[in-house]
Amino acid sequence: MFTPKSGKVVKVGIAQMDVAKSPDTIRTSGLGSCVGVVLYDETKKIAGLVHIMLPDSSLSRTETINIAKFADTGVKALLDKLLLEGAQKYRLKAKIAGGAQMFQFSSAKEMMRIGPRNVEAVKKILNDLGIPLVAEDTGGNTGRTIEFDPATSKLMIRTVNQGVSEI
Amino acid sequence: MRHPDINSLHLDILKEIGNIGAAHAATALSDLLNKKIEMRVPKAEMVTFNEMVEMMGGAEQVVVGIYLRIEGDLEGSMFFILPVEQANRFIQHLIHDGRFDFRTNASDLGMSAMQEMGNILSGSYLSAMSDFLHLNIYPTVPGLSIDMFGAIISIGLIEISQVSDYVIMIDTSILEEGLENTEMKGHFLLLPSPESFDVIFKALGVE
Repeated sequence: MFTPKSGKVVKVGIAQMDVAKSPDTIRTSGLGSCVGVVLYDETKKIAGLVHIMLPDSSLSRTETINIAKFADTGVKALLDKLLLEGAQKYRLKAKIAGGAQMFQFSSAKEMMRIGPRNVEAVKKILNDLGIPLVAEDTGGNTGRTIEFDPATSKLMIRTVNQGVSEI
Repeated sequence: MRHPDINSLHLDILKEIGNIGAAHAATALSDLLNKKIEMRVPKAEMVTFNEMVEMMGGAEQVVVGIYLRIEGDLEGSMFFILPVEQANRFIQHLIHDGRFDFRTNASDLGMSAMQEMGNILSGSYLSAMSDFLHLNIYPTVPGLSIDMFGAIISIGLIEISQVSDYVIMIDTSILEEGLENTEMKGHFLLLPSPESFDVIFKALGVE
């Protein structure tokens, strides 16, 4: 982050996904209870990022679904997109961040625990797909902006109070 | 679901709700601080999640956010969002401590004053709205967070996201008198759940 880059930053919004190749980097901003999932191929120096909001597409009560919104469909769709871009499945690894609980409530309502549930759902689908999770920065009660650099396979995480860290 | 049934009359009604709620809350804030508070014309818009975040200044902007859930005849989320500098000014004034700062010098007293301010303002907003609509509305105890706007608002968006990819937001901004030309704008944001719109329109006899 501290050296000038020749590439551009691919920005991923809420419930969206995209792919970046070195020297570009890929970023999503202001993750709260949402989870940012990065899948990357170190050899090809290509990475995909999906910003998921909900654990399971069965929670959807809409007729058509935005696949990038859910952990189960989003991670799978990102995998397919990366394979189309030339990534090799056996080389893919994952790093994830987010899943915070921004507000502390005594309310037992399930929606308040959505952050941890999103993280659990992402781990389950990664496991089902056989993609190793090599690093994570999840939980807590703080927002995160994350940026992945396919050239170095580092995920930079910025929070309001703890500054910048890398996993 | 793009809420195909929402037309401009509906949006006008939602603006009126924002108007009534925020006017009461602004008066309560003005009484609390003994300062003049200006209120802008409310906005009611149907936008995507990402459009909403952009309209409010971007996901990474650090804000002081009060959040509560609404339950009862209506459901949804209510947020009171202040730029950190403006929240600092209000709390410094309220607790007579010019050194208070949410980022660098946040005392317990200041934090609970902010919590209480959130309680009072959201209470005035929602009771005015409840009277206007003749509906029973039960707010939860407000929570407080100082963080990125995107992270704070996501709790409201996630709930809506189960039903829709669009959010209808009722946004009323307030300003401290004398700071009209600055970025020091506070926002009362009401995000009714998609199922609650029919309840609102029916309560006012509009189909």
